[in-house]
Parts: sequence; structure tokens; C-alpha cells
Amino acid sequence: MNSNLAIVPAHNEEGAIGQTIAALHRWAPDFDVLVIDDGSTDRTGAVATAAGAVVLRMPYNLGIGGGMQTGYIYANENGYEIAVQVDGDGQHDPRQIKDLLECLEAHPDLNMVTGSRFLDANGEGYRSSAARRVGIRIFAGVLSLVTGQKVTDPTSGFRLTDRRGIELFANDYPIDYPEVEAIMLMHTHRLRSREVPVVMEPRLTGESAISSFQSVYYMVKVLLAVFVSLFRKRPVREAAAPTAIEQVR
Amino acid sequence: MILSTSLTSAALVSQRVEVIAVAAGICAVILELIRRKHLMERYAILWLFLGFTILVLAAWKGLLTSLSHAAGIYYPPAALFAVAFLFVLALLLHFSIVLSRLSDQNKILAQRLALLQQQLDERHREDGGNESPVHQSSRAS
Repeated sequence: MNSNLAIVPAHNEEGAIGQTIAALHRWAPDFDVLVIDDGSTDRTGAVATAAGAVVLRMPYNLGIGGGMQTGYIYANENGYEIAVQVDGDGQHDPRQIKDLLECLEAHPDLNMVTGSRFLDANGEGYRSSAARRVGIRIFAGVLSLVTGQKVTDPTSGFRLTDRRGIELFANDYPIDYPEVEAIMLMHTHRLRSREVPVVMEPRLTGESAISSFQSVYYMVKVLLAVFVSLFRKRPVREAAAPTAIEQVR
Repeated sequence: MILSTSLTSAALVSQRVEVIAVAAGICAVILELIRRKHLMERYAILWLFLGFTILVLAAWKGLLTSLSHAAGIYYPPAALFAVAFLFVLALLLHFSIVLSRLSDQNKILAQRLALLQQQLDERHREDGGNESPVHQSSRAS
């Protein structure tokens, strides 16, 4: 068993999940692969098991937040030191996990490293609808303002966390559309994060969790969550304290 | 007041009896639901309180009028509607809170189920079987 875990959320991704797992085995061999089969109605779970991943099969579709948190609970209870989130649809390139890992190792004060599509100067970013880009801009602005640190890609799900991040997310993780709120959660608990540039592929198959119809609701809900979390108590993190989580929970 | 002068006192009495009957009916239905365990006591208390309030207001002639006058509202039904509206709002908020808690507890249960099922499957695989019977039945459903 490795001390690193790749958590792959998947909902009806039987067409892409096999390739994703194979690529992880190939390019990130020191990572165990955990697939969160979030209530798929196709053969996602069976394909993932056959490809050699550990599969957590949700009894019904919990949504990306609840599913991801289950991955962090698994990582926490099995003593993993590092966890990386990799989408099951092939958007995230497993070859770039080492970029995230190197950044974390180079900066011991960091707890999370996020792959950003918008940091690379010559990268064309990510082809998505104009509305979604506006949304990402707004979130990036708000989060940069609140955390006092430049956030360029707040909705990126390509994230690597250390043990402290794993413990925090196992205990408390946002539901529904968690990426933006997770940055706030890190900030609230005084954990540190940083972005590194990555290139994301267009999706292999399947559909995004967020349709254009839902995006307004998504914006409002997440902004509300960020606003409310401004008023949460921020535990003081002491040098030798295990984590601040217990004080809040 | 205009309305009441046009009604005979007998009609007024029978109207009050009807309202008392309705209030008593509400209380009876709530109690019966508790007895059949269709309603938990902690959620029934608010409803019983509602039935009891209607009962008291109907039985105690002049209570609503004097209460609303004391509150500075000179049209008693308006006071009744205001209180009823606030009560319904409070009840809905209460249900929203209960729902939020329930869905959080439900999420925790689902997560634990998935984790335990994975452990069980792994155990079965180590023992030489393929998958646990639990797993197969859950997929068949």
C-alpha cells in the first residue's frame, strides 16, 4: 500500500474511467487509486474494479461533495499522507500530478496545491461557455479578496492535499458544488494553499455536473456559502497542535 | 361588529360550537397520529399547540377581541391572521431545519455504508469468494 491516494469521483463514466485509471497507474504509480462510484446506473463500478481500482459504491447519487468527502474519509481512516483529486472523465492529466506533488514538497508550509487552468501564460486556458467563465472570474475575485491570496481557478477539482487537508475534509466538506467552498474552508481553518499551472483536456465522455440552467443557482448558493463562512470562528492554529478541526466539530 | 349585529345570538352560539368542534377535531387527529406512531411527539407538540389555541379562542368569548385590542389591533381577525401567519412561518422554518439535519445524517449513513461495503467486499475477495452477497443483491435491486 502506498501512502498516496488518488481519489477519482465518477458518475456514469464507464467510457472514460478505465482509461483514467490506466493513466493513473502509468503516470502516478506511487498513488493508490480510489474510485467513488456515485450512484452510477452504468457499469462504472465494474469497469473500475476490473481496471484495478478500489471502488466505493455510493448507495445513491450523493453529489460530488458527499462523494469526495467519502474519499477523504477513506484516506483519513487508512492513514494516507497525500490525497489528490482526479476527475473520472479524463479532464485532469495524471502526468501533472507530479507537478502538484513537487510544489507541495518544495513548500512544507502548504497544505493544498491546486492545478489552475488560468496560470499558464501561453496556455489557452480551458474552452468553456462564456457564462461559466464569468462565474469563475467572479469567484476568483471574491476568493482572492477574502483570502488575501491570488486565486485564479477556484472551480478546479484537480487538487492535492497533505495529511492536514485530508483530516479537515474528512470531517467537514461542502456539499453539492464543493470546490469554491473548500478554498474558504481551508482559509477558515488557516490551512495554506497555492496554485500551479496545468492544462486540462476536454472531457472524454459524460456530462458536466453543472448545466447552464443550474449555473445561476450555483453562483448564488456558493456566494451565500462564502459570505456566511466569513462569520465563522477561525480557530487559531498552533505550531504543535494536531489540527484545528476538533475544536470546531 | 357590523356582521355580528346582523346575526342572531343563536347563530353566534352555533358558530362557536362549530369552531370548538373543529379545534377539538384537530387535537383528536394529532393524538391519534401519535398513537399510531405516524407522528413523533416532538413534531406533534407544535400542532397540538395550534389546536389548543383555536380551542381556547373559540371557547373563551371575547378573549381574541380583548387580546387584539390590548395589542393595538382594532380588527380582531387581523390579529388572528397575523399570529396564524407567523405560526406557519415558524413551522416551515422548523421543518427546513429538520430537513437539513436529516439530509446531513442521511449523507453520513450513505458514506459509512459505502465504506463498510468496500471493506466487506475486500474481506470476501481475500477469502476467495468474488463479491459479498449484500453487494450482489444491492446491484440487482
